[in-house]
Amino acid sequence: MNCKDALRQISGYLDGNMDDELKSMLQVHLKCCHHCQIVFDTTKKTIELYCDGKLFPLPNTVRERLHDALRAKWESRSK
Amino acid sequence: METHPQAGALSDESVLVAEAKAGSYAAFEELVNRYEKKIYRLGLNVTGNPEDAEDMLQETFLKAFEHLQDFREDSRFYTWIVRIAINQGLMKLRKRRSSKEVQIEDTSNDDGEVIPRDFADWRPNPEEELERTELEEILQNAARLLPMTFRTVFFLRDVEGLSTEETAEMLNLSEGAVKARLFRARLRLREELSKTLKRG
Repeated sequence: MNCKDALRQISGYLDGNMDDELKSMLQVHLKCCHHCQIVFDTTKKTIELYCDGKLFPLPNTVRERLHDALRAKWESRSK
Repeated sequence: METHPQAGALSDESVLVAEAKAGSYAAFEELVNRYEKKIYRLGLNVTGNPEDAEDMLQETFLKAFEHLQDFREDSRFYTWIVRIAINQGLMKLRKRRSSKEVQIEDTSNDDGEVIPRDFADWRPNPEEELERTELEEILQNAARLLPMTFRTVFFLRDVEGLSTEETAEMLNLSEGAVKARLFRARLRLREELSKTLKRG
């Protein structure tokens, strides 16, 4: 497997959607190709960073306005 | 945080949905409590600014409240909510279409190659080394550079955990197009983040 083929497979490898033969070919390539290994590791890290639950918290004021709006809607419907 | 007094007994989502449909505001509020943080984050990621994210959050749950009786329960409640949120977010972005910062579609071919150019290793724990707001800004700036459909596919699949099939249906794309855009979005984001997160 060359670098071009390896890069094409990285997304599938991250998703776990890959047959065993292709997976072992990619793993062999990653072991001996530092550049592709970095692309794989940093792509994985990219996803992890965007998934970090500590980032982009919901501000209390925004939450309060949401619940006030919903409660007002509920009360107007109940009348 | 206000919680439903019978949250334990109502832990099953379909029970909460049934109670909300039958008129329990507390049950509906419990559903909101479960997903408000995720919808706000999705709003920030898709629209790129806090004001639009707040609008998207409010409009999503107000619409969900209005149309709860139409929810047929053939999908997860969360998937239904995300669908509403995405529609709100896309409408908002289309309204700003003339703005230079919003690139709605990628004009290049879906099959085009994404060629990594930056092979530097990253600092090991940017989330620990950087201030939260600094890291958020870096992530948002990188996402803003992606065409909207690529960005949306990435956040639905990789962050919100929707399946390829659910994402394809929600965005009116083929599953192949979702996979191709996800691949390109991941590599483009990686390339962009590399500029600020690499060592040294």
